[in-house]
Amino acid sequence: MTSLIYLVPLAIGICIVGLVAFFWTVKSGQYEDPKGDASRMLYTEDKPIVDEDDL
Amino acid sequence: MAETVAGTIIDGEFCPSGQTTAQDLARMQSEKAQNLFEKEKQAEALIPYVQTKASGEQSLDLMISGAHCAGCMAKIERETSALPDILLARMNLSTMRLNVQWRGAPNKAGTIVARLEELGYGAKPFNMELEPVAQKNQATSLLKAMAVAGAATALIMTMSVGIWDGSEMSSTTRQTMHWVSAAIAIPAVAYSGQTFFRSAWGALKNKMTNMDVPISLAVILAVSLSIYETIHGNAHTYFDAAVMLLFLLLIGRFLDMRLRQKTGESAQRLAAMQASTATLIKPDGSVMSVPASMIKPDDHLLIAAGERVPVDGEIVKGRSDIDTSIATGETLPLASTIGDKLYSGMINLSAPLTIKALAVSGDSFLSEISKLVEAGEQKKGKFVRIADKAARLYVPIVHTLAILTFVGWILYSGDLRTASINAIAVLIITCPCALGLAVPAVQIVASGRLFKKGVLIKSGDALERLAKVDTVVFDKTGTLTLGSLQLSNADDISKTALETAALLSRASRHPVARAIAAAAGSGAVADNIKEVAGQGVETKIDGKLVKFGSASYVGATDQTDAQTESWLRIGRAKPVRFKFKDTPRMDAKDTISGLVDRGYAVELLTGDKKSMATETAALLGIDTWQAEVSPSDKLARLDELKDQGHLTLMIGDGINDAPALASAYASASPAGAADVSRAAADIILQGDKLSGLITAVGTAKDAQKRVVENLSLAVVYNMFAVPLAVFGFVNPMIAALAMSGSSMLVTLNALRLKLH
Repeated sequence: MTSLIYLVPLAIGICIVGLVAFFWTVKSGQYEDPKGDASRMLYTEDKPIVDEDDL
Repeated sequence: MAETVAGTIIDGEFCPSGQTTAQDLARMQSEKAQNLFEKEKQAEALIPYVQTKASGEQSLDLMISGAHCAGCMAKIERETSALPDILLARMNLSTMRLNVQWRGAPNKAGTIVARLEELGYGAKPFNMELEPVAQKNQATSLLKAMAVAGAATALIMTMSVGIWDGSEMSSTTRQTMHWVSAAIAIPAVAYSGQTFFRSAWGALKNKMTNMDVPISLAVILAVSLSIYETIHGNAHTYFDAAVMLLFLLLIGRFLDMRLRQKTGESAQRLAAMQASTATLIKPDGSVMSVPASMIKPDDHLLIAAGERVPVDGEIVKGRSDIDTSIATGETLPLASTIGDKLYSGMINLSAPLTIKALAVSGDSFLSEISKLVEAGEQKKGKFVRIADKAARLYVPIVHTLAILTFVGWILYSGDLRTASINAIAVLIITCPCALGLAVPAVQIVASGRLFKKGVLIKSGDALERLAKVDTVVFDKTGTLTLGSLQLSNADDISKTALETAALLSRASRHPVARAIAAAAGSGAVADNIKEVAGQGVETKIDGKLVKFGSASYVGATDQTDAQTESWLRIGRAKPVRFKFKDTPRMDAKDTISGLVDRGYAVELLTGDKKSMATETAALLGIDTWQAEVSPSDKLARLDELKDQGHLTLMIGDGINDAPALASAYASASPAGAADVSRAAADIILQGDKLSGLITAVGTAKDAQKRVVENLSLAVVYNMFAVPLAVFGFVNPMIAALAMSGSSMLVTLNALRLKLH
């Protein structure tokens, strides 16, 4: 049971990191054009996903 | 080369059909040919939409039409970026908007649009003020709430499994786990439950109940009870049930939101694609192009022959034939002159006109229409969605049950704590989780299916109403027919006569002239054609006077002037008769027979002349019809049908149909309809097709069946779960299993719709 002392905080920590990452994807507009983004990788050269000015 | 190949494959896979694209292309090209001179005006009208950034860069948002796939998107971005000085061209394939940024003068916008049109795509400026920012923010906050609830559910569930098992856990460990769960659940519920709490509070304040009242109550009680139990060191807490409930319900909410957003965007796109430009005559006599939305009352506008009237107005100069079908439903144009009122969407056919823009309130016809629309909406009353109907039944029953459980347990055991735990367990387990998902899940699947077929359903309740209709009432012009004429006696006319008529007709926009031009095919145009509004056209060919028009105009004095006939007279020769009929849409006949086969009563109500209505009705196989009806007559007929106990689906496109559309039980409009009609209709049929209607009513019926099934499933679930809760057998594990199980069941049942 002692393993819980670090396992529980670890789980919570991972969850928070995941949440923060998700919030960032929402904020940076990565769900604005699911249809376009899905096919964009087939066509365009590598570039930043979102233009810095649009943030 | 590799790119081209990839493009083709993707084209084939992503474009719904290659045909559509080709059609669009053909349409674009023909429009382009017709509007060569309008191009410069268009370019000028783009300028007000261009936004200049502080850094001096120009930015413009364009609505793109005709782009169907990733290949189109890549092509648009590549070709636009290739123009000089372009900094960025990025297209959003989901909203069909292209954002272009460039350095230099704002008037470069014209070049960009011209380039896009060359590629075969339509581009119209998008007014950023129209963007529904509030709706977008709501979607983002729902998404975040869903993520928080999901993460909290995952964490608390993981710990709960350990607690449920409990075999090796000391009470101190369990107690700690409860405290950790509380620390996660309380902020998570406070954050992600806001949507429900706000809506429940709003309903309670107005002394009403909705679905969110029992949801909020269950969540808040579950958390409060769990905190109490944690403080007192007891074994059972419901933190997991509370957050899971929120997570599942938020999924339902999010789906519902996405549906509304998607249809809202499409409706908006339609409006933006039809936004027109107007030629403003400034007080000093010079002209400039401006977007129609920027016209103020009393502005003077120039309407060239062939142009659509951009705003409502009154003729102050000129005389011309006007295609009024969008307002009155009449196929044949009306000769209009100074003092006559024109409505946006009408087409000026023969000669330039100057009009004075009118305010909506200052116009009797339009204000009468809007009064009728309002009256229709009021008469329709407030439609109660099936989920709310269920909630109205459900809430009192559940709350009574909870009270009875509480009283029963006090009488039985005399223990206040046991009594409240069991009463709260009843509230938690009966929480309408399945109900909250049962309806939106079905509706999103159904609307998604219809969306792919070009049918836009504006709301979930439109789908519910559509499922119940038994009578379908059609408007004629612009709905069943294309509003254009077709030569019907081509066999009786000699080739030379037809060709001569075509020489005179090809340059005109009059429906009769167009019908002739279509029958004769492309060819030469005669010189020096004189067009007499309301009469006909004439010119000299080989020294002979050739006249084409009404019987009295060409001097066929022994004939009466029939609405659907025109005469050609070359010199002093005997006049040749041309007969015309209104062309129905390609799939009108199939749609109507399809509806009749499915047991719907079909009716025709038109503002057009009797002779035209008879012909169309006979051609399409409609037995019940009325012609020359006014907007209020249409309303009266719908009321009559309603009094007979029929639920009607009205389909119309004109301004004169708007009141009927608003008052009918359900209503549909083709995409090309007038703005008021499109706003009043529940359903928009895209792509010049009526057959979507049959798909729509079929899908609506399927969806309704699924909704009822889902609600029954929820009831069955409650019949098993409630007795367990009432008699105190529900522990947190059973609550969690029962709730997620029932939600899964209704969602899977909804997805079955997709299989058809």
